[in-house]
Amino acid sequence: MAVIRNLRSGAWRVVELITTPVVPADYLDVIAPLRNAQVLRAKIDAVRPETENSVTLVLRPGRGWRTHRPGQYVRVGVDVDGVRLWRSYSVTSPPSRRDGRFTVTVNAVPDGVVSTHLVRRARRGMIVHLDVPAGEFLLCEPRPAKALFVTAGSGITPVMGMLRSALHELSDVVVVHSAGTREAVVFGDELRALAAAGRIRLIERHTRADGRLKPADLDELVPDLFERKTWACGPNDMLDDLETHWADAEAADRLSTERFRPTLINSGGGGTVTFTGSSTVVETDGSEPLLDSGEAAGVLMPSGCRMGICFSCVLPLREGAVRDLRDGRLTVAEPGDNIPVQTCISAAAGPCTIDA
Amino acid sequence: MTTIQRKKSNPIAHLTPEDIERIGIELDAIRDEVMGSRGEKDAAYIRRVIAWQRGLELGSRGVLLFSIFPPAWLVGTAGLSVAKILENMEIGHNILHGQWDWMRDPKIHSTKWEWDHASPAEQWKHSHNELHHTYTNVIGRDNDLGYGIMRVDEDQKWHPMHLGQPFYNFVNALLFEYGIAAYDLELGKNLKTRERRRDPKFRAALKAVRRKIGKQVLKDYIVHPALSGPSFLHTIAANATANVIRNLWSHSVIMCGHFPNGVETFEKTSIEGETRGEWYLRQMLGSANISGSPAMHLMTGNLSHQIEHHLFPDMPSNRYKEIAPKIQDLFQRYGLSYTSGPLPKQVASAWYKVFRLSLPNRGEAAVRRPVEKKAPAVSTRWRRAQPQAPASAHLGSAGLGTPTPVALSAE
Repeated sequence: MAVIRNLRSGAWRVVELITTPVVPADYLDVIAPLRNAQVLRAKIDAVRPETENSVTLVLRPGRGWRTHRPGQYVRVGVDVDGVRLWRSYSVTSPPSRRDGRFTVTVNAVPDGVVSTHLVRRARRGMIVHLDVPAGEFLLCEPRPAKALFVTAGSGITPVMGMLRSALHELSDVVVVHSAGTREAVVFGDELRALAAAGRIRLIERHTRADGRLKPADLDELVPDLFERKTWACGPNDMLDDLETHWADAEAADRLSTERFRPTLINSGGGGTVTFTGSSTVVETDGSEPLLDSGEAAGVLMPSGCRMGICFSCVLPLREGAVRDLRDGRLTVAEPGDNIPVQTCISAAAGPCTIDA
Repeated sequence: MTTIQRKKSNPIAHLTPEDIERIGIELDAIRDEVMGSRGEKDAAYIRRVIAWQRGLELGSRGVLLFSIFPPAWLVGTAGLSVAKILENMEIGHNILHGQWDWMRDPKIHSTKWEWDHASPAEQWKHSHNELHHTYTNVIGRDNDLGYGIMRVDEDQKWHPMHLGQPFYNFVNALLFEYGIAAYDLELGKNLKTRERRRDPKFRAALKAVRRKIGKQVLKDYIVHPALSGPSFLHTIAANATANVIRNLWSHSVIMCGHFPNGVETFEKTSIEGETRGEWYLRQMLGSANISGSPAMHLMTGNLSHQIEHHLFPDMPSNRYKEIAPKIQDLFQRYGLSYTSGPLPKQVASAWYKVFRLSLPNRGEAAVRRPVEKKAPAVSTRWRRAQPQAPASAHLGSAGLGTPTPVALSAE
């Protein structure tokens, strides 16, 4: 076996020499983009409209994919107007599908570049980039006797993933879901069918007519509120309210929440810059380059022309927002993005973390 | 040429410091317009060029498997030469400039790209992007002026060694990629003393170059020839020919960038405390274009738009063409000369200079003007000048995040 292994690795080295300075995979990518184990991609196998503003994408992941656990999300990289942008979407299909495909459901949010692009322009056959599934918003083991899901808008997506995979293991389920109108409820038909079949108790709240749900309303709607294990997903202010409510009732351990966290951008400029390598934290006012701020604080950073032309100073922006001091352009990174930025002409535009 | 500071008639004497900053403001506006409109079309362009280049290279190497047959040898060698030129010029050079970093595609990114060249991308980026592009045509700072082996400016000191420079230049042209690798290693400087030779940083760089050259040589002169079996020797000859053709071509294009007649050079002291406007002006005067067809632009990696490239080294190369008329108009309005000409003329002009300057200067070429001392160099070239009222078009974003206006320092 060792001989064969040696032969194989030797043969592979020859193939690498044939294609150097690029790697053989760069050629294979042209014909079989899903075969590359180094770069995880997926092909869109189908696009199904859900509501006027949302679609479900059926994705066939390539090599390197790991099956998700219900409730987890996956980061999807999409080229929008030439720029690869990454967003997280909850997986809405059960992990047991035999064909290895999975689905995500995308809601077009106003000003959401990626979501709008996917809802309007995603087509069968398109290739997107992927990360392996992540997230700790999971059903507990053993399954709870009584469960409650409180969701709003696209917050239903991870919960749908959980219901589709594990509803047969849950006996008493209440779903309280808020959406603008009845038509805007994503998976509305499926949820109502489950309710009609007696599998769940569904409480729909149409906020355009009835106003936003307050935690106090829940006490009335779900009398045994704190006897239930609760999972909540939706806008941050709703989750804040819920967390306070559960904490007040000393039941915080019975509530799990999932946040779609927006990055903070300080429009006036400036913010706290964290240099991870040296664990240095610097307060900036957004008027000087990250390179200058870092160096002044004693961080060793690569540098070159100091005017934005040589790209020697490029470092990954792990998280946060920076502004190009020349033309004001913003670059925003969410965790996992690691966007390389030129530190000599970029300033903090909010809290940000730089890999240096 | 003689440095601009010592010329009898200074081509920028008519510009006031305010004019120079206004040039900077106009150029920033041109830059913003293009950079703000980069999009899907541009991304498709570079991906298309890469795909074509790879197809052409693969196809040509496929044909060369049968290089024992003369027609196959000719077709394969021609195809491979073009593929290698495209790979170095329009693809490698421009990606390594960060022109495509905005796409955030790690496969087409200045920090990840490696090219079909003897010099490792990392070292080349330092000597080219950082030193040459920042200190363009500043004698003593920009070693691209003669690559340390030639005298290409009257103000560079003559040495009897320079008598041989037409010959060195020819040899350098044939082996250009290795010349660049040696140049990026700063061999001349680093081999001089024992201490420098033993510097771990130099040794690491040397090792990287050896590894890179090793792989390149194995590929072109062992692996591919071996794959072609009975055509072994023919494929070696074909690959060597393609490499030499690529070397001659890129050497010629690069000579046209800064050596032809009409290009200005600058004194070391003149760039102390240089403002953004002054830096732009130096790039305008220090570069020369090549006129020609779209095919010429593609094969030169758009270095035919050397002036536009030097003004905006990180602008996607496919966009230089559209800004060229605006840049020409700017030159004209400010009474500056936009140096351009067809390739044969520019190559001849550069070679003439190599021959002429192999001999010492005849007569008084320069005047010694006292050079005005400037404020000590602070790195503020990134700072844009603030437009004076009335504000012209597209200045809304120029001031964002740059609260301090630039002090206009006297030329």
